[in-house]
Amino acid sequence: MTAQLQIEAFSLAFRTRHGTVRALEDVSLSVQRGEIVGLVGESGSGKSVLAYAVMGLQDAAARVQSGRITFGGMDMLGASEQALADVRGREVAMIFQSPRAALNPIRKVGRQIEDILRQHANLPSSELRKHAIAALNRVRIPDPERRYNAYPFELSGGMCQRVMIAMALACSPFLLIADEPTTGLDVTTQAVIMDLIRDMSRDAQMSTLLITHDLGLAGEYCDRIAVMHAGHVVEVAPTEELLSHPAHPYTRQLLAATPTPRSTVDGLVSIPGQLPDLRRELPPCRFSARCARHVALCDELPLPWTVVNEAHLVRCWVPL
Amino acid sequence: MRSATLTRNIGHAFGENRLTLVAVAILVLLLVCAAFGQYLAPYNPLMTDGAAKMQPPGVAHLFGTDSLGRDILSRVIVAARLDLGMAISAVALSFVAGLALGAVAGYFGGWTDRIIGRVMDTIMAFPLFVLAMGIVAALGNSVLNIIIATMIINLPFYCRFARGEVNVRREMGYVEAARMGGNRALPVLANHIIPNILPPMMVQASLNMGWAILNAAGLSFIGLGVRPPTPEWGILVSEGASYIISGEWWTFVFPGAALVLAVFCFNLLGDGLRDLLDPQRRI
Amino acid sequence: MPPLLDAQALSKHYPVGGGRRGATLHAVDAVDLRIAPGECVGLVGESGCGKSTLVRLLARLIDPTSGRILLDGDDTTAVSQARFVTMPARARIQVVFQDPSESLNPSFRVFDSIADPLKRLLGIKDRAQLAVRVHRAADLVGLPRELIERYPHQLSGGQRARVGIARAIAVEPALLILDEPTSALDVSVQAVILRLLADLRARLGMSYLFVSHDLNVVRLLCSRVVVMYLGRVVEVAPTEALFTTPRHPYTQALIAAIPDPARRGEVRPRLDGSPRSPIDPDPDTCRFYGRCSRGTDRCATAMPALRPFGDDHFAACHFA
Repeated sequence: MTAQLQIEAFSLAFRTRHGTVRALEDVSLSVQRGEIVGLVGESGSGKSVLAYAVMGLQDAAARVQSGRITFGGMDMLGASEQALADVRGREVAMIFQSPRAALNPIRKVGRQIEDILRQHANLPSSELRKHAIAALNRVRIPDPERRYNAYPFELSGGMCQRVMIAMALACSPFLLIADEPTTGLDVTTQAVIMDLIRDMSRDAQMSTLLITHDLGLAGEYCDRIAVMHAGHVVEVAPTEELLSHPAHPYTRQLLAATPTPRSTVDGLVSIPGQLPDLRRELPPCRFSARCARHVALCDELPLPWTVVNEAHLVRCWVPL
Repeated sequence: MRSATLTRNIGHAFGENRLTLVAVAILVLLLVCAAFGQYLAPYNPLMTDGAAKMQPPGVAHLFGTDSLGRDILSRVIVAARLDLGMAISAVALSFVAGLALGAVAGYFGGWTDRIIGRVMDTIMAFPLFVLAMGIVAALGNSVLNIIIATMIINLPFYCRFARGEVNVRREMGYVEAARMGGNRALPVLANHIIPNILPPMMVQASLNMGWAILNAAGLSFIGLGVRPPTPEWGILVSEGASYIISGEWWTFVFPGAALVLAVFCFNLLGDGLRDLLDPQRRI
Repeated sequence: MPPLLDAQALSKHYPVGGGRRGATLHAVDAVDLRIAPGECVGLVGESGCGKSTLVRLLARLIDPTSGRILLDGDDTTAVSQARFVTMPARARIQVVFQDPSESLNPSFRVFDSIADPLKRLLGIKDRAQLAVRVHRAADLVGLPRELIERYPHQLSGGQRARVGIARAIAVEPALLILDEPTSALDVSVQAVILRLLADLRARLGMSYLFVSHDLNVVRLLCSRVVVMYLGRVVEVAPTEALFTTPRHPYTQALIAAIPDPARRGEVRPRLDGSPRSPIDPDPDTCRFYGRCSRGTDRCATAMPALRPFGDDHFAACHFA
């Protein structure tokens, strides 16, 4: 089965006044139809940069250095802006953090959904309102006719996020990219929103790339998880496998540092050191300076793709 | 800031921004003219010379002479003291008063804010230059009154700005921490909040200087405030304005250029000042 | 043993204008809270539940509308918060704030930030003595000495968090209120700070009031948890009891909403909708009525009081 989204050996750097920041290096990832893949990493790991690059929305200072991104067979990196604009919103959609900030504050939410429909779906104008209200209904917003006329500031954070999801899913895209969709929302709202994303993914056989720093959240909702560190994907595995048998030292430390219902304070492990400066010349493994299992090989040879078992890959010379 | 870091920071601010260097050079020139004008001027600015009336710029008179034979270069140089003096005094007074009133209004809110707000609204309800004219006309034609008038019309500008900046910071963690640390309201405002709003206010003050200079010159241009034969850029432009049609351009171009230069200089300086004072940009 | 902090029937009401005369917003309503010396109490609840207002009341940053707060038996609410600022009791309650980027004065060096409360509350003027105390606080939080002369923008998030803690403990408070101290930090840094906080409490014998939206973290550090909803306390219990046998329906929904990889794919009851308005709430209706899965007529006619459920466990529900 061909993957919906295929990222191969993708490297991206930013040219800045202070040097070239090698934000992503040799990143490979695939998302199949209907699966929810979690992209987990701390701040500075490059997960949002990757998401924006997939959509063709990277910063003007970004330079693709190598690799391919294919979406449904279409080459995203080589495509024209016109082709990308056509695909965005219709076939691949994105939802962002801070939902209220991502919505137009001076436009009614119903109209914002209509904007998407008008752009991408071939609907007569008279039908737009009906479809917009249907979209609001699908995300379980109560009283959608009335909420159609609401402005973002009148809605709670959770409601705004639902509106964003409605906008994203209005044209039934093949791929949904969710960038920290529940950060800042209450835990109860988070659960509802994540359930919604999961249910809609399943119903529409939609692929989802869930970007989050919360390993617990990814653990509950994702089929597979990819762990990122300093611009590298260090490990990819099915969720249960990753959480019970992590192969990469960073993954294990991340798990040990994440509070769970069964953690104790003394059991919490902190990861020594800091993220490396991505402007510097770095060893092939960017975690080596902080890794307890570090050997000479880590600084000399480019990272391998070690197969732990089918579907579980890790980029490490000394996996656990 | 200790002196070593201060010099390093000044160096950095100038290194980053060549224009600031240019602005400072111009400012130094203007200040030298203001302080030592009477020694630098080649001629006595008040001395008339019937024989040398309306001479175009030449070797003897670099900027030419006016209708009474006075050397324009000398007059422009000496005028710097009055123009800069009026502007700096007015801006300094406005700044301090506006900062104090705005900060108090922004921090305490309630009736303090409402009353101060109303006063500022009243001032702003008038076209400001007209208000300045009215104040000078009412108080009398003098340099002091120009300063007072300019100060009053600039007050709301600083007050609003300070109020807004204090408002933003009032709810921040470090302000609450300062209160938890035993600071009463005024010390919190003075020691914890105001140092943070000084950089943006200094930028505003520098930009405002240009406007204050134009204001003072403008009032003199229309005959309020400074009286001839006192050299002042506004008056010089006014005297020269009658000759626009007949073509004796040097009578108004040079004083006008001095005004432009001064305003330009202060606008550029605003940026450089902010770089210097903003702790986030410090080395 | 008498409690260190005893808040009795605390209420904070704000008048809301705009047409309707006499409308009041009940931010905090009749809250009782006791904290014993050396105890770590957690405070949880969704946004709008009043926990930030309660924190500011207990920290004496604002005055209550009614009720009192006893610190070691002395009524701190006898004076207004403006006068309390200069009283010796001010040093006994300190707060660690949420956003480390906003909780440090950008124009103060680290030294000055930590020294300020020492100067104002303890009256230490001598520069040498100040330095001793500041260094001691910095050492306690593991802040390297060379960072003391830096400005906040030159520090990392974790370092700023430490400075915030150092500033709060420098005056040796008896009660430390921590308002989401790690929510802006990466997981690996959070682990370090949480261990630091646990360690400090053991060493200095302080009590903590730990406010967090992350229930796993609360479970880690706190021995007792208080759950708030719409300005009222709905449940109080020892930590394990709260997480294993929550009594109040809201607490149950809250706990069920915590992402748990072990419960992947399970369909769990979700708390949907939004809380009722905190403006002029009906004193005879349970605040959770309408959103609760168990509501009956009784809930609309009588406000449930906190009832005991054995062993220090209280819940305000007619049906718990």
